Amino acid sequence: MDLNYSTEELAFRDEVRSWLHDNLPADLRQKMESYQELSKDDLLGWHKILAKKGWIAPDWPEEWGGTNWNVVQKYIFEEECGYAATPPLIPFGLRMCAPVLLQFGTEAQKKRFLPRIYDGTDFWCQGYSEPGSGSDLASLKTRATREDGHYVVTGQKIWTTLAHYADWIFCLVRTDPNTGKRQDGISFLLIDMKTPGITVRPIVLLDGSQEVNEVFFDEVKVPVENLVHQEGKGWTVAKYLLGYERMGTGRIGASKRELARLKELAGEHMKDGRPIIEDARFRDRLTRVEVELMALEITNLRFLDQMRRTGKPPGADVSMLKIKGTEIQQSLTELMMQAVGPLAQAFKPMDAMDFDHFTARLAPRYCNMRKATIYAGSNEIQRNIIAKATLGL
Amino acid sequence: MNFDLSEEQQLLADSLKRYLANEYSIDARTKIVASPTGWSETVWSAFAEMGILGVPFPEEHGGFGGNAVDVMLVMEALGEALVVEPYWVNVGLAGRLVARGASAEQQKAILPSLIQGKRKLAFAHTERGARYDLQHVGTRAKRGGSGFTLEGEKRAVLHGAAADTLVVSARTSGSDTDPGGISLFLVDRDAAGLTVKDYRTIDELRAADVWLSGVTVPAEALLGAEGRALPLIEDAADYATALLCAEAVGAIRFANETTLEYIKNRRQFGVPIGSFQALQHRMVDMVISYEQARSMSYLACVKVDSAPSAERRHAISAAKIKVSDACRHVSQEAVQLHGGMGMTEELKVSHTFRRLTTIAQAHGDADYHLGRLAES
Repeated sequence: MDLNYSTEELAFRDEVRSWLHDNLPADLRQKMESYQELSKDDLLGWHKILAKKGWIAPDWPEEWGGTNWNVVQKYIFEEECGYAATPPLIPFGLRMCAPVLLQFGTEAQKKRFLPRIYDGTDFWCQGYSEPGSGSDLASLKTRATREDGHYVVTGQKIWTTLAHYADWIFCLVRTDPNTGKRQDGISFLLIDMKTPGITVRPIVLLDGSQEVNEVFFDEVKVPVENLVHQEGKGWTVAKYLLGYERMGTGRIGASKRELARLKELAGEHMKDGRPIIEDARFRDRLTRVEVELMALEITNLRFLDQMRRTGKPPGADVSMLKIKGTEIQQSLTELMMQAVGPLAQAFKPMDAMDFDHFTARLAPRYCNMRKATIYAGSNEIQRNIIAKATLGL
Repeated sequence: MNFDLSEEQQLLADSLKRYLANEYSIDARTKIVASPTGWSETVWSAFAEMGILGVPFPEEHGGFGGNAVDVMLVMEALGEALVVEPYWVNVGLAGRLVARGASAEQQKAILPSLIQGKRKLAFAHTERGARYDLQHVGTRAKRGGSGFTLEGEKRAVLHGAAADTLVVSARTSGSDTDPGGISLFLVDRDAAGLTVKDYRTIDELRAADVWLSGVTVPAEALLGAEGRALPLIEDAADYATALLCAEAVGAIRFANETTLEYIKNRRQFGVPIGSFQALQHRMVDMVISYEQARSMSYLACVKVDSAPSAERRHAISAAKIKVSDACRHVSQEAVQLHGGMGMTEELKVSHTFRRLTTIAQAHGDADYHLGRLAES
């Protein structure tokens, strides 16, 4: 038993680490480390740097630009990105639409969309959730009826992340409302956001940020060639994507960086003349999070090793990484906010003034990260998955 | 990175598990616990025959020269079966002191007989008021004649009455809590002036209170350098703590498996209670606790042999925090999910509950190790 990376894996990690060090623009890193909101240009800027290097889509087949890395290399790459504070890669094109096209798409669809996802020409978003369909996705109601070589789509999507930046949206829509099973009669459509009849309305979140939207469809005409897989088989496509979750979902690298930052912060802010990190009550809370993170890193490596040896794709194990990983992320934001004490109240200056912008990001970030245990299948849904798939309950 | 077991490791673990599955049912265990000594000669001989008593000891004494990961596999199996025999104390704690600190001659006298199952050891160290502080030793050893005279009291000496030889810590200089001045002595169970009072622990092991009243030992009974035993004791305590984590992992695995089976079979309102989401989510959290504890047990066992002492301490304390938390979490939930049945002596899970309860605060509870981590 050996918990350390092999010499080759270490060499790969060092290569990634030094390339990231040399190529991550200082302004982007600074924005990330001070928890500022990123613009579309920021996101695309980093996307294009990685695309140019050939590292934007490690999972894809080599012929389409994949890196042919093994599972451990992919994991190392993601963790190093997190540790280096790179801007996030928006997954909707790279890790959701693309794998679906590669598995179910026609050659024409692949040729049309994949290169533009790869180089960042098209910005994608995901049209799954609806006002009445959150965790219970199969209850979705957005209708698509076929008329003269088109689908006519009417309905509403909600919680659509970055729809206000998007050029395209992939949607689950109901093409047949009269099936016995709710999972039947759903189809997977690719829709150009510029099509008449689409309205995007932002939803302002509890931290004042604008990252999610409502998207309304009013008799939107979508060419039938934008149907992926067969009509009525969209649920198969959606389920395939669920199984496509990555081993990097625990976000260990990013949390390690945040933990180090938390320790710095707790070393700077004082309580009774001593750094708050020396306060036993605060320190114990911090240590317990640190221990969970240490454990999760090894758990993650165990799952990776198992996957490498058996060749089996990650199953319900990924759900555990998601649950623990997001709990840790949330705890870290909470402790950072708590480390600065009453100063955490600060939010936005009303006028020009000397203002501590970093400290004023800590509470909004705590607020914002409440999403982590809700999105991508809430942690309760993840527990349902483990109960069913792993425990047979 | 590699979590594979070697062929030898797999064979050893498999044969031990097979033996325990056949010979160490909960009924068999109950009989052993009720016997006068509280441990089984037959089981101990079988352990010796299988070779598990010699796993970490040098080959020249009849051992396997194995590392902590090898012993970890044994401890997981013992934890799963809830074995009451004094394996951990002999191989993980007192045996470690001998293997690391004793002279070649002492090792030659002790280790072969230990490995063959003919001699048992215990570590008489903890004293009233010491809590988990390893350097708190009030028992005194005075030089006199050709040896030493020992005077003092020891508490909660695990398997003290079963031991043929006690490793006793005593102060040759300094005040009660000085780091320096602590020495170790090998004391025969039947030495004059030694009183050992045996009692049953809540988790059905045996422990003893020990009085040393003018116990004289020869100079050759000194184990390691006079007055400099603390690093040796710390090493053995960390080693034993890592192995205790592994035992907990085995016990937690059993608690989870048996609870899962129970909630699948127990029917109320016409359905298995495992169909209720309130129970499903709690069961899932128990499994997550297990996986996290297991990861930390691996870390502890990998680091305890090889890492520099600061890194070793860090890993052991981090592991014990997680494992102690998991012990409490899983054992409490296992009883809760079993309902009234979990409260009974009849089911093994209630015995596992008790073992996990004591492991959680043996060799430092989570609070102690949180403090130790903060200091490092």
